Amino acid sequence: MYRLFRNNSLYSIINLFMIELKGLHKSYITGNNKLHVLKGLDLIIEQGELVSVMGSSGSGKSTLLNVLGILDSYDEGYYKLNNTLMSNLTEKKAAHYRNNMIGFVFQSFNLISFKNAMENVALPLYYQGVSRKKRNQIALEYLDRMGLKEWADHMPNELSGGQMQRVAIARSMISKPKVILADEPTGALDSTTSLEVMDLFREINSSGITIIIVTHEKDISEKTDRIIYLKDGIIESEFISPRKVSETVGAYRN
Amino acid sequence: MFDKEKWQEIFSSLKNNKMRTTLTVFGVFWGIFMLIIMLGLGMGFKSMIQEGFGDFATNSLLIWPQQTTKAYKGFPRNRRYMFTNEDVQIIKERFPEIEFIAPKLRAFGSEGANNATRGTKTGAFSVEGTFPEYNLIDPSKIISGRFVNNVDIKEYKKVAVIGKYVKDVLFEKDENPIGEYIKINGIYFKVVGVLTKGASNISLGSDKDRSIVIPLTTFQKVYNRGNEVGFCAVTAVKEANIALVQQKINTFLRSRHSIAPDDEQAVGGFNLAKEFKKIFKMITGIGILIWIVGIATLLAGVIGVSNIMLVVVKERTKEIGIQRALGATPFKIMNNIITEAIFLTASSGYVGIVLGVGVIELIKMIANSTGSDNPFFTHAGVNLNVALLALFILVIFGVFAGFIPAKRAISIKPIDALRDE
Repeated sequence: MYRLFRNNSLYSIINLFMIELKGLHKSYITGNNKLHVLKGLDLIIEQGELVSVMGSSGSGKSTLLNVLGILDSYDEGYYKLNNTLMSNLTEKKAAHYRNNMIGFVFQSFNLISFKNAMENVALPLYYQGVSRKKRNQIALEYLDRMGLKEWADHMPNELSGGQMQRVAIARSMISKPKVILADEPTGALDSTTSLEVMDLFREINSSGITIIIVTHEKDISEKTDRIIYLKDGIIESEFISPRKVSETVGAYRN
Repeated sequence: MFDKEKWQEIFSSLKNNKMRTTLTVFGVFWGIFMLIIMLGLGMGFKSMIQEGFGDFATNSLLIWPQQTTKAYKGFPRNRRYMFTNEDVQIIKERFPEIEFIAPKLRAFGSEGANNATRGTKTGAFSVEGTFPEYNLIDPSKIISGRFVNNVDIKEYKKVAVIGKYVKDVLFEKDENPIGEYIKINGIYFKVVGVLTKGASNISLGSDKDRSIVIPLTTFQKVYNRGNEVGFCAVTAVKEANIALVQQKINTFLRSRHSIAPDDEQAVGGFNLAKEFKKIFKMITGIGILIWIVGIATLLAGVIGVSNIMLVVVKERTKEIGIQRALGATPFKIMNNIITEAIFLTASSGYVGIVLGVGVIELIKMIANSTGSDNPFFTHAGVNLNVALLALFILVIFGVFAGFIPAKRAISIKPIDALRDE
């Protein structure tokens, strides 16, 4: 159904797109070598989607994620996030958008080692200027939702991988972002924990937050609704995941 | 102001590298410590010099007649002449810039010949005739009695103020010399006062303790000197330029004594103000040198801090990347790093200041308790303003020390920072 509408002008009029990429080019210049990574990428992700991006290494998926996360710039085309054009941003402005619109989840968790779980979760609110007492209280609520309330005072090195990733997910959610970008979020976890984390993502997604997961594991991508395959800097193909198909068909039957 | 997240970050990096942190801040500590010690002793040196001047009038000038070096108005060169009482009188009236002018004449007990006697006691001393004003220019300390006064001058009184040593020679230990008579070159003088050297270490001519001071007018009569005057001490009022006064007096004296107007050698002069200025300039120079050396040492320490902050930034690259991905503005990152640099320099500098002041105070205490009267030690000291200034400089240096690493930190793109392993 969505796919039918996507090329229809109707959607461009209503503009429900969370992410809109058009003709995106990005090259890296190292010395005399120019590495053309993204070669005219078009992509639209609507609000509330749970998308996975797959591709072999060198396909450009990390670069894409960095551009989406306003961590990196692009050369050509445009990128609109929630209908705002992301180009020529000052670092301050970029920091502001990252803080308010985007939550990051990394493969290596990237928790700050000298802060306990609660303080790590509260960090994005610190950059918003929320008072310490208030942000810690909110952080506790999020940890509670992750089932980690009693671990709030523990330092990252006292937590297991799964726990650390759940702390990181709580951190990505605390500023109520529009989009969560996850870079190989299960890459450092065993398969049971991986599935738990994916369930968590699905749960968060059902509350309306758009989630984009970069992965190279097929069974992880199958937990999402839509799978995008990148190859050589362009979208090679994309599918609605079997899971989503059966869900939709089931709903249709009922 | 107190931002726990920020300080948590600063302390965590300091704690993880205790040894490195200690070695780094030692440079700053040592720089400021040495600066304070040098400033403290510099202060002692300055008071030592100043106490040497004591209460000697600094805006003063000495002039005396010398031989002419040029033939003029029929007089040959190498002529000897003397100033006169009238010269002194006219100079005093003509130049309002002059505060005091005190002429002086002197005679010595020649080559061991005793010139002062009292009963069987006898000694050879310098005898000086002068005006009461002399004691205002080059003050002596009057132990008992009084100095020569105007009545003595006017009435040619045969009174004498004797030096402490003179008293010791001519009188018994517990004898009161005031009102007693002594014989100087065969003439009886009544002793009216005893003096010793004043607070100043400057000595013009003879040792005051070994001198006998009598009224100038009496001196002129007793020694048959007519109205001659040897040399004059002159002080100018505060706002006057003493060098200019000297020139005016010289011009006047040359014309009065028929000396060629361009004969600079005929009137001898010594501008004390100029000499004082030279010495004060030297003190100022030493002061500047102390600051230059101190600041340079401090700078070396601060550069050390800056270097280590660069290392800290390198170590924390990934962390900075995470923070920026979570929405930390470049300002916030810079702020943290600069704060850390300021904290390092200011805290180590503070310790340096406190210890430096402590050592100076200790020196003072030891000097005082051993009864030392050397102002170099007893007057060593650092005033609060200087300490505060040093601390302020430290903070400024801290900002500089943090600035380059902070710039480096934010020049790394967040994406590169995140990739850093």
